[in-house]
Amino acid sequence: MLALHRFGLGPRPGSIAAIESDPRGALIAELERPPASLAAASALPSSAKAFRTVADANAKRQARTKQAQQEAKRQLTAEAPAMMEGGEQGANAMAAKAAAEAVPDPGRPIYLEEARIRTEAALGAEIGFVERLVWFWSNHFCISADKIRSMSGAYEREAIRPHVLGRFTDMVLAVEGHPAMLFYLDNIMSMGASSIAGINRTKGLNENLAREILELHTLGVRSGYSQDDVIAFANVLTGWTLVPPGDNPEHGGEFSFNPRLHEPGAQKVLGKVYDDETAEQGRAVLRDLSTHPAAATHLATKLARYFIADTPPAPLVENMAKVFRDTSGDLKEVTKAMVLAPESWAQPATKLKRPSEWGIGMVRVTGLTQSDPVRFTGGQALLGEPLWRPSSPKGYPDDEASWIDGMGRRLDVANAFAERLAGSIDPQYVIETVLGSSVSPEVKNAVGRAESRQQALVLLFMSAEMQRR
Amino acid sequence: MTSCLHLPSRREALIGSGALFAWTQMPRLARAAGRDPRLLVIVLRGALDGLGAVAPVGDPDWIGLRGDRALVLDGKTPALPLDSFFALNPAMPNLHRLYKARQACVVHATATPYRERSHFDGQDVLESGVIRPGAVDTGWLNRALVALESDGRVNPSGSRAIGVGAVTPLVVRGAAPVMSWVPQRLLPASEDTQARVLDLYQHTDPRLAVALEARIRLAGLGGTAVSPEEPNADGALLALPGIARVRAYFADAAGAAARFLAKVDGPRVGAVGFVGWDTHINEGAASGQLANLLGALDGALAAIETNMGDAWGETVVAVVTEFGRTAHINGTDGTDHGTGTVAFLAGGALQGGRVMTDWPGLKPAQLYEARDLKPTTDLRSVLKGLLRDHLRVEERALASTVFPGSADVPPMASLVG
Repeated sequence: MLALHRFGLGPRPGSIAAIESDPRGALIAELERPPASLAAASALPSSAKAFRTVADANAKRQARTKQAQQEAKRQLTAEAPAMMEGGEQGANAMAAKAAAEAVPDPGRPIYLEEARIRTEAALGAEIGFVERLVWFWSNHFCISADKIRSMSGAYEREAIRPHVLGRFTDMVLAVEGHPAMLFYLDNIMSMGASSIAGINRTKGLNENLAREILELHTLGVRSGYSQDDVIAFANVLTGWTLVPPGDNPEHGGEFSFNPRLHEPGAQKVLGKVYDDETAEQGRAVLRDLSTHPAAATHLATKLARYFIADTPPAPLVENMAKVFRDTSGDLKEVTKAMVLAPESWAQPATKLKRPSEWGIGMVRVTGLTQSDPVRFTGGQALLGEPLWRPSSPKGYPDDEASWIDGMGRRLDVANAFAERLAGSIDPQYVIETVLGSSVSPEVKNAVGRAESRQQALVLLFMSAEMQRR
Repeated sequence: MTSCLHLPSRREALIGSGALFAWTQMPRLARAAGRDPRLLVIVLRGALDGLGAVAPVGDPDWIGLRGDRALVLDGKTPALPLDSFFALNPAMPNLHRLYKARQACVVHATATPYRERSHFDGQDVLESGVIRPGAVDTGWLNRALVALESDGRVNPSGSRAIGVGAVTPLVVRGAAPVMSWVPQRLLPASEDTQARVLDLYQHTDPRLAVALEARIRLAGLGGTAVSPEEPNADGALLALPGIARVRAYFADAAGAAARFLAKVDGPRVGAVGFVGWDTHINEGAASGQLANLLGALDGALAAIETNMGDAWGETVVAVVTEFGRTAHINGTDGTDHGTGTVAFLAGGALQGGRVMTDWPGLKPAQLYEARDLKPTTDLRSVLKGLLRDHLRVEERALASTVFPGSADVPPMASLVG
């Protein structure tokens, strides 16, 4: 049971029996299976395609608005010139509204379909260990759908998912070169002062991406880099941008290195000089950052905090960091080291689940495997953890203090979910067949004495056994 | 989840950004003096550009520094004069009105003691009140409450903190219990179900019991975010375009906080956080992104004033941010992470109508590290002044437990009347 809650997404009907005899072995076996690709996602558009689709719709809508406005103006001028001013404003607003209805934003259905497929992967996973890894790394390298909704789901499939059991270096290269990240952290317009475009002085350098790579993605804050390193690294990354969607129906929205924006010359980052080899210069810095000893410690700490405890045991973190260093960041080996360490199993199950983990766990015990994405993303947002929408590049926090005051919201959500299920799910059946001996006598008692099935389900969903791991 | 059939909105993304303290027993000293002070802290996350909010229009180097991005008194959208030297962003007419009525002031060229440029460390120092980031997991507002408690001036059983949103801001975390409050949009579980879950926690998980009990007690206070005359406020909010939704959220969250603070038996101290101030690209101080956000903040202040009613006369609202932004405009018409910035104070209890600053100047040699507005006023002195003179926290506690190691940062005098 600990294996399912701590490393997975919680028990489903039948899952305890499946792994009972050898929980560690079952976890390792999940890591040895092929990469975490999503068969169901084959029909989804790539990030670039999604980006182009939304951009095209925006352009169409604008053109339509403008056309309708001009038409209305012609009519007004002909029919009622005296009412021109007020009439024109009203007509403009009507034209915009009509255009919005005629050309709806395709970003919304794309986001919802991405959310549905991701959610169902979590509901259908036997243990959910690899899905948890995807969630962890996706939050570590988060972007926000508030800024770049069209790409938010595809970004995770393209840059995160293929690498969660691969090399950290490959994930860093995929993430930092992904158009969604370049867009999210403002790199697409950044240009060197001495670049061709920079000399023309339309825009200039933007430090945002370089800083967050150092501070959040690789080395960690206060790990010894300076403001000069940030600036030099930002110069290295100039030119990393995307193909504008308007002028390229085939490749718009894809990564592109634009030499006109790139700051020429060598740059010194963390004491090492990187000769200018266009985009290779940036890749060289990223390779070094991704295998830096500080990154090993930073990532081992975060990973252990996410899976094991808010304050993970120091020997465990050191062991994972050592494996990271020894294998130059082989994430499968680092993850295995965590599963095989005795400290990972000795910790009491006191870590409070994040709202998303609790929510998926609640649905899993009922055996449901399909999700309504509108309802699901809405519920997750109510719990303070809207999917792919953290309020800063730091991602969602991962400690009890950040989430425990939301217990009241969990109660409301559990209550609403139980109301829908009360007709079809028997809480006693869930206890007997899904949770088994892991349910405390107190919970069994409370469920048994509940005044209604709905209330019994709420008590079960809210029990500490479901909230903590 | 039957009643949430909609996409997560901007508003929901912003949920988790506010918190209130419920403080049902007032300090005896304050009560004896016939006072009933309220303090609301608004944290602007992302680092506010102080020069874009309050422009030093009288500084000879101002135009040279920001060029046609500089707010000026005779611009297309003229800045609002505060005195002969400073002018307020034109998006903030309410704050300007309050300033003229001596119910608002500005602290300029201020910063916490943090001198690096990480948002997250900067917010940690701002909210924890401790110089070293990550050193503690409690906030200065919570510790100020604890200091009053240990003084015997607050009844400990009556002093509770409440957090608005699913993620409680650090500034209110700590030993004083925190209650959680978020805009109510689901039909809540029945009182009986709440009581049974609470009973279960009391037997199995005391920490969860404390968290849930806090929320139940809060519901007992009878506060709701959505006023009865607008039962479908969320539906209305969803229909609005981006910035209008942000404006509505700011006003809604701050207005709800004020409704709680105004209650006779309600909280007396609270905090709300607003995100979105990290203006790296196209900052738009006069008529873009930053102007929109400042306008939303201005609306939030107006909502607080309205909802406080008579209690506005005993209120101070402090608006603070983790650090400022670069003095120069960057390569993408925005500003990068900097140091010195502004803090706003508003409320009927203030001695307002002043810009308090030791102006450092804008010449290259006068900038911090030749790039940022140099901080000349420690933000802690402002906060200590408010806590001492408005809430009556002992100066010794302020220097030791509330802002540890700040004995050499004297509380700013005469902020409140």
